[in-house]
Amino acid sequence: MTSLFEEVPATADADADVPVRRVTVTLNGERRAADVEPRLLLAHLLRQGFRLTGTHTGCDTTNCGACTVLVDGLPVKSCTMLAVQADGHDVTTVEGLAGPSGLHPLQEGFKDEHGLQCGFCTPGMMLAAKALLEENPDPTEDEVRFALSGNLCRCTGYQNIVKAVLWAAKRMNGSEQ
Amino acid sequence: MTTTTPMGHGRMLRKEDRRFVRGRGRYVDDLQLPGMLHLAVLRSPVAHARIVSIDTLAAEAHPKVKAVVTGAMLAERGLAWMPTLSGDRQAVLATDKVRFQGQEVAFVVAEDRYSARDALELIDVEYDLLEPVVDVRRALDPDAALIRDDVPGKTDNHCFDWETGDAAAAEAVFARAEVVVRQELVFPRVHPAPMETCGAVADYDRIEEKLTLWSTTQAPHAHRTLLSMFAGIPEHRIRVVSPDIGGGFGNKVPVYPGYVHAIVGSIMTGRPVKWTEDRTENLVASGFARDYVMQGEIAATREGRILAVRSHVLADHGAFNGTAAPRKFPGGFFGVFTGSYDIEAAYCSMTAVHTNKAPGGVAYACSFRIAEAVYLVERLVDMLAAELDRDPVSLRMQNFIRPDQFPYTSRTGWVYDSGDYPRAMELALQIAGYDELRAEQAERRARGAGEPLMGIGVSFFTEAVGAGPRKDMDMLGLGMADGCELRVHPTGSAVVRISVQTQGQGHETTFAQLIAEELGLHPDDVDVVHGDTDSTPYGLGTYGSRSTPVSGAAAVLAARRVRDKAQLIAAGMLEVAPDDLEWSTAQGGGRFDVRGVPGSGVTIQEVAMRAHGAGDLPDGVEGGLDAQISYNPDNLTYPFGAYICVVDIDPGTAVVTVRRFIAVDDCGTRINEMIVEGQIHGGLTDGIGMALMEFIGFDEHGNCLGGSLMDYLIPTALEVPDWETGTTVTPAPDHPIGAKGVGESATVGSPPAVVNAVIDALAPYGVRHADMPLTPSRVWEAMQGRAAPPF
Repeated sequence: MTSLFEEVPATADADADVPVRRVTVTLNGERRAADVEPRLLLAHLLRQGFRLTGTHTGCDTTNCGACTVLVDGLPVKSCTMLAVQADGHDVTTVEGLAGPSGLHPLQEGFKDEHGLQCGFCTPGMMLAAKALLEENPDPTEDEVRFALSGNLCRCTGYQNIVKAVLWAAKRMNGSEQ
Repeated sequence: MTTTTPMGHGRMLRKEDRRFVRGRGRYVDDLQLPGMLHLAVLRSPVAHARIVSIDTLAAEAHPKVKAVVTGAMLAERGLAWMPTLSGDRQAVLATDKVRFQGQEVAFVVAEDRYSARDALELIDVEYDLLEPVVDVRRALDPDAALIRDDVPGKTDNHCFDWETGDAAAAEAVFARAEVVVRQELVFPRVHPAPMETCGAVADYDRIEEKLTLWSTTQAPHAHRTLLSMFAGIPEHRIRVVSPDIGGGFGNKVPVYPGYVHAIVGSIMTGRPVKWTEDRTENLVASGFARDYVMQGEIAATREGRILAVRSHVLADHGAFNGTAAPRKFPGGFFGVFTGSYDIEAAYCSMTAVHTNKAPGGVAYACSFRIAEAVYLVERLVDMLAAELDRDPVSLRMQNFIRPDQFPYTSRTGWVYDSGDYPRAMELALQIAGYDELRAEQAERRARGAGEPLMGIGVSFFTEAVGAGPRKDMDMLGLGMADGCELRVHPTGSAVVRISVQTQGQGHETTFAQLIAEELGLHPDDVDVVHGDTDSTPYGLGTYGSRSTPVSGAAAVLAARRVRDKAQLIAAGMLEVAPDDLEWSTAQGGGRFDVRGVPGSGVTIQEVAMRAHGAGDLPDGVEGGLDAQISYNPDNLTYPFGAYICVVDIDPGTAVVTVRRFIAVDDCGTRINEMIVEGQIHGGLTDGIGMALMEFIGFDEHGNCLGGSLMDYLIPTALEVPDWETGTTVTPAPDHPIGAKGVGESATVGSPPAVVNAVIDALAPYGVRHADMPLTPSRVWEAMQGRAAPPF
């Protein structure tokens, strides 16, 4: 076990009537495990348990998408998924987006096209976009807007986010260097 | 395609994005301190009730709970009430009554977030229900329940009265006017709802007797002063840190009870305490915006000459007056409601009342109520155009303040600094292809049934931002100045410390650009420090589009002071008189050369080394290359813009689709075009949100009906078009680089454009006006001739 979840201590805790479950995930390519209460949300396991604070929580009702991560490659709002449901699955957060060589094209696109201001929605936006581009490497503007419609942004008015995703798509397709 | 300017103004990618795109932002809730505890707040489920009893025994017995605190406990320490930024007071925890749904009643500090929430369930509060005051129009009825019985001698729900302009002059004009149009205009309660909710981590060090508060604040210095005055902790023993903030929009200007809870929790337990609000708490209990019922009147000649504007405003301030506006301006800057027009007379009276709703009032990028003012005048002008059967553009053109009239003193006493309104309007018309749009509309209307209902809406706004001149403006006695401290290091790089704070506006980039432009440095060689009261000079913070007009001016003047000193040192190095030197940045960096002899001189970096190094300095020149400024603006700045919105309404479902939106903004000199455009995009989205979907409503019991993002709808990528922007530049005469501020322009200017477009689309149905939010059901009702106010 590489990390305990501090807020929900492991079985050694005196609080014996709180049940805990071992959760093992492949997180950004690395095997990680924690003992958690069954009610613990995946977003909270990532943020407080594994200290990956790039996954943000903005609404608690699955509307805003700031907490979007990829579970087995599919975008999931991690504030509405229990940590135990992720057991045995592959989880990608913003911290796992870039390879060792620097930035993912989406990260470069968001920088270059000014696709972010306060940065709070950005990780969720990029992960939702990553899932889109894996399924549809050459999306239209409308397809990008539809794919991101579960992710809210209060700063950018979306236009530059859409441009950032299209920028990344081109880069990933090799049609523009 | 990626171009970075070597120095100075212009498009430059943002420095802060390096961390944000990697998920390495440092928001308050990301903070994890050793031994940190978690705080949760018990809130009132009802709008108005007397608290009979609070039983906390079961909560205290929870094994992970460290403290349970009620209003009675705070009252013993004199902390149950705190001052608001507008001189009222607000309950930190309710002692006697709850006055709005969501009001703070008790808090729990526990080992973890989940246990704190669990313990809230164990607190038993007995309420004696009182009649809630929900309908703002009936708040002053003699039989209305008294909300503020905490104020000695108070017998009604009156909050304040305010007036501006000349009532008699306006009455004289209205009495003789050929045409008068009257309309009640409701700007409903909305909420800024930044993606990051409010929160804090308080860490009181009992050894050092020093409080560190990391909080989601747009105004860390003002909060420090307020907390010191209220809590009795000496101001030098409070450090307020505003780290990365996930959007503010005015929501993070007030001091919220939750910040105080965290402080009290930390003092009690001796451990760091974190409070993070959830979205429902944010929407139901933190600073709302708008909530004005405006009786508007406009008087004109039959030829379309606007003579006067008059209004009476009924303002709902909720249970406590939590407005954050300069002290002499209880109605904010609503006084600019005469808009962009040269008229003969104006008058406004305002009555503000308390209701059993959350406190707040000035938020959501309104520039201190200018959003409401612009909406009022721009709807009235459009209704006048309809009444006179005039094109709304030509009517505006006819009445604009002319470029040669600036500086222009309005009928309510505002001194508009500079403007060229016809030029901005013309550019918007050109981008839109206005004549073609009108032709298309006529064609569609002629075709009739089955066609989407096409509407074209125009608005023109003038803002007053950059609060504000010391002689007129203060908050709780604090002048609205801003500081800047600039240090140039021996090797020629620099650090600039500013009193304002970014919530996404890109200060780490634009302030570096400001300094770089003045000193001939690369912006990458200028570090911007902000958001920490221990390491930045005093100032009132970021809201009201004031960062560039006030703190930006401070930064430029500090840099110029440094450059003046550098010139003295350079003169000494070159053994010439300072006046024999000329400054240039033409060769890729700042340098002083002997006049007429390029290349003869020294670079700014060489001067910096001399300033800190060995060797003599000219007589009377101290070592180092630093400057500090506190900038007090002489006047506000007056950005303006022309907006055109094109909508299509499905006649079968009444769904409004925004097809196009053209925005021409003039904010004077632009520091970073990319960042300015981005802020405009965001503001336009706010405008579509307010006009079409956002609404904090209440049922008759005072239950908030907009308490989650399932009910409080904000635009997604699907509801907004590709923005079409245009620029004119009319420099601000009183600002050192002519910049005016832009952060709120689009939020202020766009709602009337959208509403005007919808009403234009509905003209064939004989619709004269319909209030926001123009949801499908409300548009449908308007089409059936049953338009009604939202409350």
